[in-house]
Amino acid sequence: MSDFPIPVKPKSRLRIALDSDLFYTFRRSPVAMVSAVVVLVLVLSAVLAPLIAPTNPFNPASLNLMNGFTPPMTPNAFTGESFFMGTDDQGRDVFSTILYGMRISLFVGVAAVFFAMVLGITLGLISGYVGGWTETIIMRTADVQLTFPSILVAMLIFGIAKGVTPVEYRDQMAIWVLILAIGLSDWVQFARVVRGATLVEKNKEYVQAARLIGRTPGAIMLRHILPNVLSPVLVIATISLALAIIAEATLSFLGVGAPPTQPSLGTLIRIGQGFLFSGEWWILLFPAVTLLALALSVNLLGDWLRDALNPRLR
Amino acid sequence: MADPVLSIRNLSVEIPTRHGIVRPVDGVSYDIQAGEILGIVGESGAGKSMAGNAVIGLLNPPAHISKGEIWLNGKRIDHLKGDAMRRLRGKEIGMVFQDPLTSLNPLLRIGDQLTETMLTHLPISRIEAEKRAVAALEEVGIPGAAERVNSYPHEFSGGMRQRVVIALALCAEPSLIIADEPTTALDVSVQAQIIALLRLLCRDRGTAVMLITHDMGVIAEATDRVAVMYAGRLAELGPVRDVLTHPQHPYTHGLMASTPIASQGKSRLHQIPGAMPRLDAVPEGCAFNPRCPHATDKCRQAPVPRVSNGQAACWYPLIDEKVI
Amino acid sequence: MLAYIIRRVGQSALVLLIVGLVAFSMFRFVGDPIDNMLGQERTVEDIERLRAQLGLDQPFVVQYYKFLEGAVQGNFGVSYRQGRPVAEILLERAPATLELAMVSGVLAILFGIALGVFTAIRRDGVFANVIMSASLIGVSLPTFLIGILLIYLFSVELGWLPSFGRGETVDLGGWSTGFLTESGLKALILPSITLGLYQMTLIMRLVRSEMLEVLRQDYIRFARARGLRDRAVNFRHALKNTMVPVITVIGLQLGAIIAFAIITETVFQWPGVGLLFINAIQFVDIPVMAAYLMLISVMFVGINLLVDILYFFIDPRLRADRSGGH
Repeated sequence: MSDFPIPVKPKSRLRIALDSDLFYTFRRSPVAMVSAVVVLVLVLSAVLAPLIAPTNPFNPASLNLMNGFTPPMTPNAFTGESFFMGTDDQGRDVFSTILYGMRISLFVGVAAVFFAMVLGITLGLISGYVGGWTETIIMRTADVQLTFPSILVAMLIFGIAKGVTPVEYRDQMAIWVLILAIGLSDWVQFARVVRGATLVEKNKEYVQAARLIGRTPGAIMLRHILPNVLSPVLVIATISLALAIIAEATLSFLGVGAPPTQPSLGTLIRIGQGFLFSGEWWILLFPAVTLLALALSVNLLGDWLRDALNPRLR
Repeated sequence: MADPVLSIRNLSVEIPTRHGIVRPVDGVSYDIQAGEILGIVGESGAGKSMAGNAVIGLLNPPAHISKGEIWLNGKRIDHLKGDAMRRLRGKEIGMVFQDPLTSLNPLLRIGDQLTETMLTHLPISRIEAEKRAVAALEEVGIPGAAERVNSYPHEFSGGMRQRVVIALALCAEPSLIIADEPTTALDVSVQAQIIALLRLLCRDRGTAVMLITHDMGVIAEATDRVAVMYAGRLAELGPVRDVLTHPQHPYTHGLMASTPIASQGKSRLHQIPGAMPRLDAVPEGCAFNPRCPHATDKCRQAPVPRVSNGQAACWYPLIDEKVI
Repeated sequence: MLAYIIRRVGQSALVLLIVGLVAFSMFRFVGDPIDNMLGQERTVEDIERLRAQLGLDQPFVVQYYKFLEGAVQGNFGVSYRQGRPVAEILLERAPATLELAMVSGVLAILFGIALGVFTAIRRDGVFANVIMSASLIGVSLPTFLIGILLIYLFSVELGWLPSFGRGETVDLGGWSTGFLTESGLKALILPSITLGLYQMTLIMRLVRSEMLEVLRQDYIRFARARGLRDRAVNFRHALKNTMVPVITVIGLQLGAIIAFAIITETVFQWPGVGLLFINAIQFVDIPVMAAYLMLISVMFVGINLLVDILYFFIDPRLRADRSGGH
């Protein structure tokens, strides 16, 4: 044969990532790129809120009640101060409350999804790998829970947790209770996918081989089975994040979530709704648009990711 | 000779992909006469099915006919679109799919599937169609046809279902049947029955058959002529006896030598070295040259001669070399 | 078939027992019922008497059984907040929620299926793509924002429709209906769109993806290969097969509508059980929470059971033991 092996320069990790099909479809999808930019900007401004925000809306010292109800971009009649997005009834800068509110929304969303993911993956792996009664109990619980809309489950858990916490701690604990409630309402998806994949992988030769050479079940699940389910888990996590952000906003809007002392976007909208009829539209509009942009762009990213990782699902 | 039922001239199918255009069917020509069974044989990915789909107008976009002509009963059909093509399907061209378990709608009674097909194409009443449905099932050898028309597909076995599929393909009396791997999904014992049935029905009605398969046994048993495809191109075309016993193309020769039936008694099956090229990396010249024991520089550069009946697409056809 | 239904009824009963256990545990362990029922001024005798009266001195299983017995008879105790029997409050509020849910459900199912089929068949059409993009906004748009938006447009700006309440209702033997008065019907419009829109979007997206999956199947290719008209392929062959998985989800969605009514009822101050529930959570009114949980579970389980039975009429493969054999 006439062909000689041509020495090939090994590809760098970055190169491999840039050449991948995933990145290719990403560049081909303007929707995905715009969503990614929006998500990035929102996340960064939430994380950097203390640096970006003109005022700290939760520091009473920086508030001036005289500034109350200042419309956006117009100087206040008494103080002459001007606010980019106006102020609310207590003279808080709406732009700053949104930045801080988004921090809470994102924190609750990410933490809840992370909690749901860890719980779901663990239970999914265990039920798929161990089988038997353990599996029956876990998956039956999942089935029963799936019969109920997750927002309802979250409300119930929130209600119960609220009942259990002593009154004086309720506001402080609200954020953590919210994470627990949303996380617990959302683990089933992860568990189902991971269990399904585990059942498939566990009988494959390489897993049998790993078992034969004496790997512990824990090591087999983590090293061999888990990597196979990462891409569906990633898709579910992204879509769950959008749902968790919406769920948090909904609960807070209904008054069973983040307390007024730590307002999330949903709480802000709840507050803003009160001023809808009196004409102070900006108190409602800006948090609402922010929430929509956040939820929509995360959703679009998730949608794109699902199509890109599994074109058949389209 | 009479005009062929189907005539394909220099047909190419292209699929634009991220890595450039691939051509799963590349300059293929053949005819099928009335009452004749033409076998199309080749490995998976050789373009056999794609050619059949092109004829019946069911290519999945973005795959499309990029070149060549298809003539059916003296009418050119490759440019027909939408409703005009739909009227041909079922009425002029019938198709039998590989898996009888998935090609019948599970929620509809088979009688309903038969009558709706007939009522779509034939100017007959519903009552007449129902009668013909029973007759069609009887014809394909389904016992108790009069009752079985009211059954659902899941109530039949695999072999019986393939008979139903054949009845469906034939019920509007098309002049051409495309059978895409009709026996692959069936038990070996049932395969021969289905082949015999297909042969019998088509002989009786003078239907032309394009029988797509990778199974040399089916080819030997059922076909009159055979076309061998390799990497989207026709390697060899000729009467089945000649191709099986005196293959001229080295690929056909290799294929015969690696088939258990054709090489009975040999202790070990022959293997063709290497694998068929991916369609986005078909080599220059003859597509088979990297695997061919007889390849020369000519094979690596010049396009191979066109296939004509009894003539392989090869610069150095094997003359009188028998497969032992 | 009978065996199948009996098994499903058994499973449903099991689910209800589990939910009942959750509800009962809420009663028993979340907050002290005695604390909640007796004020600050209480004597040890009072506590003991109430404890015996409520049966709290009996073993757990007995208490659970008593609770279930009460629940079956519609006895869910007394609301901590309103001091009235929970069952009475629920009954009073149920018609509002059920009417709202019914209208929304019909809207969601009709438009959801129609648009789903349309977008699947015209997969690459411009209009279908516009609908799909809009639907993604619909999924990302929280229900309460839709409600606020509609209120802003049609109540605040245009002043056409009321922004809260049920309007006038007519009492039909204990069932107060808003269907019979003009103001009642008007009041129903915005809430039912708000509630139905999200479910419609979900149903539409599901119908679309299931339909696309079905359209890829061999039997659809075979139907096309037989030259059947597009209408027959799409509706006779594809849609029917699409409905099998879709019906389950529609069933779940109907349940979800009742749960999501909580949000819509809050936005529109609609006097239904959802608003009652959210107030119960805010004030930790456990008996109301528990009763709502039981009530909604019965509905969900009932809907699921109906859906399973409905399968028989769609999928002949499940009917095997009845029509098979010849």
